[in-house]
Amino acid sequence: MTRTLFPVLTVLFGILVIWFLAVAPMNIRVTLDQAARAGGDVVPAGAVERREASTLSLLLNNRSHIAGGYDLDRPRLPTPTQVGQELWKTTGAMVLKGRTWSKRSLIYHGWVTLQSTFWGFLLGTSVGILGAVLVVKSRVLEMSLVPWAIISQAVPIVALAPMIIVLSSQIGIEGRGFPKALISSYLCFFPVMVGMIKGLRAPNAEQLDLLKTYSASGQQQFLKLRVPASLPYLFTSLKIGIAAALVGAIVGELPTGAISGLGARILIGDQFGTPLAIWAALFAAAILAGVLVTLIDRIQHVLLNKMGMRT
Amino acid sequence: MTRETAIKAENLSLTFQTNDGPVHALKDVSLDIKKGDFVSFIGPSGCGKTTFLRCMADLETPTAGDITVNGVSPHEARRSRAYGYVFQHAGLYPWRTIGRNVRLPLEIMGYPKAEQDERIKRVLELVDLAGFEKKFPWQLSGGMQQRASIARALAFDADILLMDEPFGALDEIVRDHLNEQLLKLWAKTQKTICFVTHSIPEAVYLSTKIVVMSPRPGRISDVIECPLPAERPLDIRDTQEFLDVAHRVREGLRAGHSYD
Repeated sequence: MTRTLFPVLTVLFGILVIWFLAVAPMNIRVTLDQAARAGGDVVPAGAVERREASTLSLLLNNRSHIAGGYDLDRPRLPTPTQVGQELWKTTGAMVLKGRTWSKRSLIYHGWVTLQSTFWGFLLGTSVGILGAVLVVKSRVLEMSLVPWAIISQAVPIVALAPMIIVLSSQIGIEGRGFPKALISSYLCFFPVMVGMIKGLRAPNAEQLDLLKTYSASGQQQFLKLRVPASLPYLFTSLKIGIAAALVGAIVGELPTGAISGLGARILIGDQFGTPLAIWAALFAAAILAGVLVTLIDRIQHVLLNKMGMRT
Repeated sequence: MTRETAIKAENLSLTFQTNDGPVHALKDVSLDIKKGDFVSFIGPSGCGKTTFLRCMADLETPTAGDITVNGVSPHEARRSRAYGYVFQHAGLYPWRTIGRNVRLPLEIMGYPKAEQDERIKRVLELVDLAGFEKKFPWQLSGGMQQRASIARALAFDADILLMDEPFGALDEIVRDHLNEQLLKLWAKTQKTICFVTHSIPEAVYLSTKIVVMSPRPGRISDVIECPLPAERPLDIRDTQEFLDVAHRVREGLRAGHSYD
């Protein structure tokens, strides 16, 4: 654990430094516009001239204003601290105030997205595993299913999502739960299917011949060899699958006019020009993905260790 | 003394069709193996010794000729679980403990649970692995893994044991030890053993009959009855009798192989 912690923290530190430094050039124009409007001393003074000046010259000529870029209400790029504060304001602080499930709480929105993710993951994983089993069992199904599975991933999900919403309400499904889970599973099933096909085909010729010498049935070969041999592959693809399911759930919230969920927060933040809300929702999604992937990783570790497969 | 025939091959041929034209893995191979024989197959790579063993096991289908195992076709013999097969690599399933690896054939053949337990205990004792039942394969040395795979082949009542270079990947000291154990096991169980090997001393030490094979096309170039006594301590390999047989095997190998 400590061995992986150090490199991860080093990279995180590097990202934070770059991010922090980038705030100055990204926000300098907004800062100067605001300062000019407030009657401050800005070089060049005219808005048109400023638009034509390079970012570097603006920074060099207005050094006293750079600090202001780190404290804007609506920055182009918020500082890490601002995002951290916003995250705390919409999560921990809400809990302390007893408003965990308020519409302004990211815990509430995260929970909404998490539910879609869960159902999408469940559906996508089931479809992926079933698809893999069918493909491995039958050459005909392999030739007919695999190309469609690949094509399905080439279709942009953002284009499909509104259609899924419209069609599911057309056939009388109320609410956004089901269509969101469907959109989520659409992204999730593919990595699981690909991983499972590989896993179910992992046994080598000797392992297969051994069962043949016992004149084992096809079902025995499947249950006693192919399934256990596929488990390491399954877990690897489950980790990709759950991250994809989360992305799918968020995408499912974007074009659908949803008002709750992390995707809805991102969209609303964009429409109302509150970048801090977008960034906070973005980080909440990233943290959620990290937690989910780690969770599956732990289950994999415990289960495969118990099965004698060192991970 | 006439003993029953266990395996009989007559003019057996197997040709693989490849992109570079046909490959004659076996050509007109005829052999008679009696019940209780220990037969070694020796020869250079590509002489068809493994292919021959796989034909007996119904893992390959000959393209011409006849072969019977226990008087029936290899397919029927496989169906009736007439043989145990030991592969070159132990081929233990890594997710199963040693005990559960030995249990695998018993599960598949539907033995009752109590009998499975009893058999696992018995065969693990037979190969000197009592107490290792709960260990996973990676916790065992290569030699122990191969012994476990032999136990797995012995767990059910097949009276033929087909072994494809089972000790090929092991160092010489471990191999000597396993050879000695295998002979004891053979004496105890009275099984018919077909044993593929690259090693002349191994073949002479173990066998009652040594089948020398040569490549392109794969065929039998000599069949040598080994006159050594049934009781064979390891130092029998230093006796003149042993060296004479080994010499004959070497001559047979040389004759069947042009070293150009």
